[in-house]
Amino acid sequence: MKTCLIVDDSKVIRKVARHILETLEFQVDEAGDGREALTRCEASMPDVVLLDWNMPVMSGMEFLKLLRQRGHADQPKVVFCTTENDMAHIRAALEAGADEYVMKPFDRETLHIKLQLVGVA
Amino acid sequence: MQVSDSSSRILAGLLEARTGQQLTMNRRWRIETAVAGLLRERGIATLDELITILVMGREPALANHVVEALLNNETYFFRDRQPFDLLAAQALPALAIARADKKRLRIWSAGCSTGQEVYSLSMLFAENPMQWAGWTIDILGTDVSSAVVDRARSGTYTQFEVQRGLGITQMIRWFEECDAGWRAVEPLRKPVRFQVHNLLEPPPHPGQFDIVLCRNVLLYLSAEKRTLAFERLASALAPDGALMLGAGETVIGQTKKLAADRDCRGLYRLTEDPNADRREPRVA
Repeated sequence: MKTCLIVDDSKVIRKVARHILETLEFQVDEAGDGREALTRCEASMPDVVLLDWNMPVMSGMEFLKLLRQRGHADQPKVVFCTTENDMAHIRAALEAGADEYVMKPFDRETLHIKLQLVGVA
Repeated sequence: MQVSDSSSRILAGLLEARTGQQLTMNRRWRIETAVAGLLRERGIATLDELITILVMGREPALANHVVEALLNNETYFFRDRQPFDLLAAQALPALAIARADKKRLRIWSAGCSTGQEVYSLSMLFAENPMQWAGWTIDILGTDVSSAVVDRARSGTYTQFEVQRGLGITQMIRWFEECDAGWRAVEPLRKPVRFQVHNLLEPPPHPGQFDIVLCRNVLLYLSAEKRTLAFERLASALAPDGALMLGAGETVIGQTKKLAADRDCRGLYRLTEDPNADRREPRVA
C-alpha cells in the first residue's frame, strides 16, 4: 500500500483529501504545517506528499526546498495542492522540485490522474 | 423537486427525438440535477411547469435548451489515457508511413463535447513537431449540442477543467491564462475545427477520415440507432482508416462493417472493400 502525507493547515481540506486518498487505497498521514511535515518525513518517508502553499510556522515552499536540500531529490514525490493558481506560482513550485500541481478546487478524478502521472497510483 | 414518470417520459422522448440518445430508466435520476440550473435561469418553479411550457409549444427555443441540459457532456483531457498512448505509439507512426506521399491526416472526434479530446489529439502532434513538419493535420470535433461546440471552439477552460487529465508541465506549455480561465495556445488551436453534427446523419465533410474516435457516445443510443451510427462511422473512414471506441464498447453484434484490428487492440477496421458499396444507409 502506498503512503501519502497530507500537509495542510485546514482540517476540512485534510479530511476531504484523506477520504479521496483512502478510496484510492493510500495509507494516509497528516501534518498541519511544513515543520510538522519535515518531522514526519524524517520519521518515515512517504511515497508522496500532498502539499498546501500557505501555512503557519513553515510554508509549503519552505518545506519543499528544505526537503530537496536534504538529499531527497526524487523521493518523495511532491504534489502541490493549493489556491495559488497563477503561472508564476506554478513555475516557482516546479523549479523548487515539485512533481505535480493541483489547483483547488479539485475532484477525485483530477487527483487520481495527477498521482498516476507521478507514478504512485 | 419530484420527477414523475410522465414528466421523465416526456423529457426522454424529447431527447431521443432531437438527438437519438436514450434516457434509460437507470439514467433518469439525472433529470433533476440536469435541468435545475435551466429552471432557475428561466424562473420556472417546477418540472411540471416546464413540461407544460414544452407541451404547449409556447417557447420553441426552450426545448433546445432542455435537450442541451440533458446531454451528458462529461469529458477531460486524455480521458482513459491508454487510447492516446495507442495512437501515439502505433496508429500515428503507421499513418506517418502510409500517408508519407500526401502528408495529410484527417481525424474526426465524433461526440467531442467541450473539446478536450480534440485538443488532446492536437497535443500529440504539437509535441512531435519534427515528425509532423510539413504535414496538413485536420482534426474535426463534432457534437450534437451547439452549446458545447461553441465552448470547444473557444478553446477556453475553467481552472477546474484544464487540470483534469493534464500534467502540470503539459498544462502550462499548451494553455495560457486568460480572463475566462485558460485558453489553448495558437499552435494547439490551428489544426482543429468544430461543427454541430448528429452521428445519425451522413458524416461531415470531407469524409475519408484516417482515424475516427467515437468514445462513450454510442452507449446512449438504442440498438437500432447504434447500428445506423456504426454504418455512418464506417462510411466516414478511409479504406485503411481506423475507428476507436470507448472502453467497454465494441462492434460485436452491432455491425458487420467493422471488426477489431488483430494487430492493434483498441482499433476497428473496415471489413470489406468500402468502395464496393458506398451508398448512404437508410435512416431508421
